[in-house]
Amino acid sequence: MSITVENISKSYGTFQALRGVSLDIPDSKITALLGPSGSGKTTLLRIIAGLETPDDGSGPIRFHHEDVAGRRVQERRVGFVFQHYALFKHMTVFENVAFGLRVRPKHERPANEVIDRKVHELLGLVQLDGMAHRFPSQLSGGQRQRVALARALAVEPRVLLLDEPFGALDARVRKQLRAWLRRLHDEIAITTIFVTHDQDEALEVADRVVVMNEGRVEQAGAPEEVFHDPATEFVMNFLGHVNVFDGRIEDGKVTFASVQIEHPAAAESESGPARVFIRPHELSLHLLPRSDSLPATVTGIHAAGPAVRLTLAAEGEHTFSADISQDVYRALKVSVGGRFWVLPKDLRVFPGGGPDAGRL
Amino acid sequence: MRLPRRQHSVLPGFGLTLGFAVVYLSLVALIPMCALFLRARGLGWGGFWSTVTEPRVLAACRLSFGAAFIGASLNAVFGFVVAWTLVRYRFFGRRFIDAIIDLPFALPTAVSGIALTTIYAPNGWLGRALEPLGIKAVFTPLGVVIALTFIGLPFVVRTLQPALEDLEADVEEAAASLGASRTQTFRRVIFPAIIPSLLTGFALAFARALGEYGSVVFISGNLPGKTEIAPLLIVTQLEQYDYAGATAIAVLLLVISFAMLLVINALQRWSGRRHLRGV
Repeated sequence: MSITVENISKSYGTFQALRGVSLDIPDSKITALLGPSGSGKTTLLRIIAGLETPDDGSGPIRFHHEDVAGRRVQERRVGFVFQHYALFKHMTVFENVAFGLRVRPKHERPANEVIDRKVHELLGLVQLDGMAHRFPSQLSGGQRQRVALARALAVEPRVLLLDEPFGALDARVRKQLRAWLRRLHDEIAITTIFVTHDQDEALEVADRVVVMNEGRVEQAGAPEEVFHDPATEFVMNFLGHVNVFDGRIEDGKVTFASVQIEHPAAAESESGPARVFIRPHELSLHLLPRSDSLPATVTGIHAAGPAVRLTLAAEGEHTFSADISQDVYRALKVSVGGRFWVLPKDLRVFPGGGPDAGRL
Repeated sequence: MRLPRRQHSVLPGFGLTLGFAVVYLSLVALIPMCALFLRARGLGWGGFWSTVTEPRVLAACRLSFGAAFIGASLNAVFGFVVAWTLVRYRFFGRRFIDAIIDLPFALPTAVSGIALTTIYAPNGWLGRALEPLGIKAVFTPLGVVIALTFIGLPFVVRTLQPALEDLEADVEEAAASLGASRTQTFRRVIFPAIIPSLLTGFALAFARALGEYGSVVFISGNLPGKTEIAPLLIVTQLEQYDYAGATAIAVLLLVISFAMLLVINALQRWSGRRHLRGV
């Protein structure tokens, strides 16, 4: 079931949560809505579910080809999973999962044996088969969220919508559940949208990432695409740590922190101020100078991890960070105070200056 | 043999507070009640039985329990509606209505009794409207029910309000997304969650109504066997220096109300047992 929304706006009083968002969600894939809080991602998800109504003048919300904008949440057949589980506390795990089947109109309601079989099947799917007669208060956070997922799946939804599903869990459980959700999806292949503010989570779990900011879509694409080829400064900034340099574009070259480098973006743009973005892993350290590398002094070392993160100071006290491998770290005998030549292997240039320049 | 080392609780003063609670409860409630039972014992089993089976006593008890039960039930229904409105909706004058709820608490009961009698009397505001319909409120059992409903309302509203405020919006949204209608959501999700509080409110309103005296005596007219409530009967006996008779009725009242509160408590535990467990 593909989903298309067109020109969706939503405001709460004077606050505009969504500003004319249009989006295509591909069929049978996991799509992540990624953005900081207040970016409108949850509002968009709730509008797709029918829990929130878009402002007048908004376009259609299509499930496949059917416009569901006028439909109530009960009629949309969506499975919704809430950040804080929203389980029915007075019901057992079994009854929670069976709820969606039991509230169906009489002529559509499955027989008790069918409900029984189905619930146990779903509990097996979320690996909670032994827990059927427990109450939510007797489960851990991760287990509760899996019950919520089984409950949402019980009604055979056309789409699965998850609102920060792992947000209330601790880091370890969160990682496990992420991987588990990915595997589960590979098994049942249902169109899934999940909201998150955690870029690692989005990049790891989703087939497609939609980066949102201030009620707009900044970029939508495959995880590699948004990570390696960010369309805007915001996306660049939001998807992981990045070094930002103020520079200038002149004669098709970009100048920043005492180096001058040729860059396709600089060749296309007119001369003027520009901002240069370089991820820490895109920098390499060298003992000998090159024309396109900049001198810097090591001011901090964080070596506990798969890579070594160095804090470096360039001329003019500009500090930035670089990730190098443990091997290189040992080979170069890096220590605080050491001076090296830092070579950008890759970088992105956005013409314009100032904190808001280059934004859509 | 050595005893295991004493466990120290994080919260100190368990012994002190427990001791105080027991002494306090004994002074305030237990000892007076024991005195009551001792006094009634002087009557002997036969005397006790003949006193409490007197038609006038039976009628008074029936009226007291019946009217208190009806009043508490009415409050459970309408108090729920009031609490729901106050918690769920924001409207002009909400705070004012919220303050009015406590009025039956604050008003001296005799004042409310006189006020109720005045407006329900055949020439009062409400009595005038009821009279053409053939409904008489003052000096009838209906008047007793009205008075007992009036004084019980705050108990239901005030116990339900926090429970309703605790209901999370996402639970109702979850029910809706699973296809449940508003009625189904209410019946299967909201109602079970507030049943323990509703029962508490009912029990409190009921207990209060049983012992209520001041607001009832004016509106009921106190016709023996018809609109005379049990607490009033006790006072009447006392005024006639029939202490033994008064204590016998008091003991009967006490035993029955205690039994009823126990039942309500058990019901409450049974319904609240599940989701209150270790959350």
